[in-house]
Amino acid sequence: MTGYRIPFGGRIDRSRPLTFTFDGQSYEGYAGDTLASALVAAGVTVFGRSFKYHRPRGLVATGVEEPNALISLDRGADRVTPNLRAPQISLYEGLVAKSQNRWPSLKHDVAVLNDVFGAFFPAGFYNKTFMWPRSAWEKLYEPVIRNLAGLGESPVARDPDHYDATYAHCEVLVVGGGIAGMEAALEAAAKGGRVFLIDEQDELGGGALADTTLWATVDDLRARLAAADNVTVLTRTTAFGYYHQNFIGASERLTDHVAPFAAKGAREKLWRIRAGEVVLAQGAIERPLVFNGNDVPGVMLSNAARTLALRYGVAVGRRVVVMAAHDSGWRDALALHALGIDIAAIIDMRTVVPGDLADEVRAAGIPIYPGHAVTAVSGRLAVKGVTFAAYGTGKPHKLACDAVLMAGGWTPSVHLWSHAKGSLEWSDAWGAYLPAKAIENCRVVGACAGAWDLGKGEISSALPNAMSVRKQKAFVDFQNDVKARDIHLAVQEGFRSIEHIKRYTTNGMATDQGKTSNLNALQIASNVLGKPVTDIGLTTFRPPYTPQTFGSLMGHHKDALFQPLRKTVIDDWAVAQGAVFENVSQWRRARYFPKAGEGMDAAVGRECQAVRSSVGIFDASTLGKIEVVGPDAAEFLNRMYTNPWKSLQPGRCRYGLLLREDGFIMDDGVSARIAEDRFHLTTTTGGAPRVLSMMEDYLQTEWADLDVWLTSTTEHWAVIALQGPRARDVIAPLVEGIDLSPKAFPHMAVREGTIAGVPTRLFRVSFTGELGFEINVPASEGQKVWDAIFASGKQYGITPYGTEAMHVLRAEKGYIIVGQDTDGTMTPYDMGLDWAVGKKKADFVGKRSLARPDIVAKGRKQFVGLLTEDPYEVLEEGAQIVVHPDEPVPMTMIGHVTSSYRSTTLGRSIALAVLVDGHARMGETVHIPMPEGVIRAKVTGPVFYDSEGSRLND
Amino acid sequence: MILIHCPYCEEDRPEVEFTYGGEAHIARPLDPSALDDREWETFLFVRTNERGLHAERWRHLHGCARFFNAIRDTVTDRFEVTYKTGEPRPDLTATTKAAKAGGKA
Repeated sequence: MTGYRIPFGGRIDRSRPLTFTFDGQSYEGYAGDTLASALVAAGVTVFGRSFKYHRPRGLVATGVEEPNALISLDRGADRVTPNLRAPQISLYEGLVAKSQNRWPSLKHDVAVLNDVFGAFFPAGFYNKTFMWPRSAWEKLYEPVIRNLAGLGESPVARDPDHYDATYAHCEVLVVGGGIAGMEAALEAAAKGGRVFLIDEQDELGGGALADTTLWATVDDLRARLAAADNVTVLTRTTAFGYYHQNFIGASERLTDHVAPFAAKGAREKLWRIRAGEVVLAQGAIERPLVFNGNDVPGVMLSNAARTLALRYGVAVGRRVVVMAAHDSGWRDALALHALGIDIAAIIDMRTVVPGDLADEVRAAGIPIYPGHAVTAVSGRLAVKGVTFAAYGTGKPHKLACDAVLMAGGWTPSVHLWSHAKGSLEWSDAWGAYLPAKAIENCRVVGACAGAWDLGKGEISSALPNAMSVRKQKAFVDFQNDVKARDIHLAVQEGFRSIEHIKRYTTNGMATDQGKTSNLNALQIASNVLGKPVTDIGLTTFRPPYTPQTFGSLMGHHKDALFQPLRKTVIDDWAVAQGAVFENVSQWRRARYFPKAGEGMDAAVGRECQAVRSSVGIFDASTLGKIEVVGPDAAEFLNRMYTNPWKSLQPGRCRYGLLLREDGFIMDDGVSARIAEDRFHLTTTTGGAPRVLSMMEDYLQTEWADLDVWLTSTTEHWAVIALQGPRARDVIAPLVEGIDLSPKAFPHMAVREGTIAGVPTRLFRVSFTGELGFEINVPASEGQKVWDAIFASGKQYGITPYGTEAMHVLRAEKGYIIVGQDTDGTMTPYDMGLDWAVGKKKADFVGKRSLARPDIVAKGRKQFVGLLTEDPYEVLEEGAQIVVHPDEPVPMTMIGHVTSSYRSTTLGRSIALAVLVDGHARMGETVHIPMPEGVIRAKVTGPVFYDSEGSRLND
Repeated sequence: MILIHCPYCEEDRPEVEFTYGGEAHIARPLDPSALDDREWETFLFVRTNERGLHAERWRHLHGCARFFNAIRDTVTDRFEVTYKTGEPRPDLTATTKAAKAGGKA
């Protein structure tokens, strides 16, 4: 039996006992306890198993820096949170906690063999060992490593909680609610501005909560803060990141400290706070000492033992040894002694010990061993004793004890300071880096500024020991199982910078970001290299300060609120028809309209046939639309597009091809000249914002002299595509004011009039190769017009078709889809669109690039059709094409399939592809190697149906 | 989250309202066909990649939608100044030197 409850004192409420379980066993604690304090009080020593060696590990700290005691908290109903730090879990009635990284149990863990064979797991072991063969990674190495080396298990069910988020602004934001932080907040409040004070603990007070002599001060400061109405105090809130211009991210834990049945409302609240000035009062973290056996459960930070005793009324042991390199260990020993805890000895590596403290300690009857160091710790699941010697090498002494306290000095918490890119300066007095010059409007107070008297100390790299460092179990990073020997090894193997040493040994790369280990690692590396610490670099802290839940960062941005779903005005109708949908950029589009018992292939086949033989109706409202207006509109489009626009007459349409300045195809679409000074542009569904942005760019920054206005009209128009030989017959009874006869209204023309009484811009265009109209009406009237057309088309068997049939129909005609058949490296020539390039034009965006050496060179991929030898074989889109199927891997790939469909019209499969020098390969046979075998296909032109275009002009 | 001053709106607005537009003061040649391949390549692809003060284009996309220019320090990410399209690049050498001298004092 080691730890126990001291019968008096502490800030716990002894009138409110609480019952909880840890690994299935029931324990008791009090309100005000943490899981850590209650377990130590119950005599529990082992809190978890270490990451790599599976060594039993105990509590090291009582704060955020705790590296070992990582716990999974089960709040029922799929509420499992892994990797929580036991000293930061507030106890509540019925709490269910589980240890991690052990199997089958904490006391008996089979993977502890890792420790027995630990000599074979040095730094860089994984990098060196699990290299070849590469195929073994997925099947062998990764699953085994994941199984053995791990933290808590990630929950698999959907998180049932919800998370809040808010913005706040203030004149002064103080991070850290210790005495320094509270004083800073009061000082700022006196000036009258809005002040925020953020602290991660359950109550304000910080380190002073572990010093009863300061409790009155804490109470006074808290009362004054509560009375100040311009101060907002957020406890249980972690400021996890400090971003540009004094923007702080903080998460407030709202319900995790209360029993699940009593928890109401959001679980966490994310605060995004913009502050005029930030005051950092994050305090300092005590540093462990590196010595052989320093990870046996019961070896912990000296200040943690003090906190357990004075704040929680818990003794860490019955007989305690203090291993100090700093005065604070002596003070802690005296504080524990005053509570009746037996201090077996203070061992201090310093030869000269603090005089006045030494007198007090001697008076208390505590033995002192200056100039000595612990060389070994006995015990496996709990400390049983220590061996120590003068300078680590003299005659060994032994002492029985059940706890060892490490007082290695203090590391100012410069985490947030570093997030904000503040510079750091080495302080010999602290043996640590202190904040120097700020970039943001930020200052540092209290211990994290180095401005707090914590006593004097001497900084050591690792305690001296007669035993070779290779044989010692002297841990630097407890959470990632990095020993002093690993850092020695890294240096031996040639690593010089701490950034490299860190990555090679993984020191400081665990979830605690090396809060207790970074400076010790730095000191050891400096020692081994024989260079001052300041010469070997410094790793940088980055957000988050502590691990954050995904839920808190996500807030309400999930499901439908994660990304808006754009729906057309015909969407409800399509839902009612039982359409199957697909998402195209942010749009939801009907993919096909299956009839009862019909699969996709059958439905698409039927839809295509209806368009080719009679009439189909398609919701094309998602097409991007831009209204281009102004006296220079034609001149502007002439400069933007490859085609000539000035000669286009009002009432006519043109297929426009848009390049980037580097000559590659960016977008395409049919556009109409509505009037001399007015064009109605269309873009691809996903491309509209890009195109508008590019046009605005040229208009605003290159050709500001042009008098042109661009307006996005995508959502103003509903677009109903009516395609098929019967299309004209369907709309004829509905249209007024437009002569629909082929002569008066030819292919690629636009007219204004009304349809079903609604004003329309009626385009005679086709993306199917059939006679077709695209009927633009105001979006608010879209459904009404759709219904009228549908009713009128009944007698012709009008058939709604979706994007899948649209794809097949356009592929049969060899019409490209930008972004599917092109990939951002295709020119108009590559795609066989030479006809769309105005060769007589002096300039347009991308023209000069079409003469670049790489673009006119041979060997470019070109757009072709592919017909498989087996007409029923449908190629896979994205499949690679080769010339010689028997070539050994890696084969020479000469292109890939961009589009591939089953064509009901042609009674066979068709595919489009890009192929090196494809235009010169007509009639050649190419090969498409697939896992099931090689597919042979013949290269053809990309137009499979009605290549004369006679159906269009009917 | 950086606050960016839009010189047209004359407001500091959060960076999510803005989009980046690459290096500033690279004018499209008036007659691209007069450029040889090397000159055209330089216009298309070659950028200064400054460490320090960098003149760049931004657009207040979710605001006034105007393009403007900014001098941003690529080391600190600080926006030193923003200015309207068409205005010359401000000379910050004097002010930066003064700021540095002031910082040391």
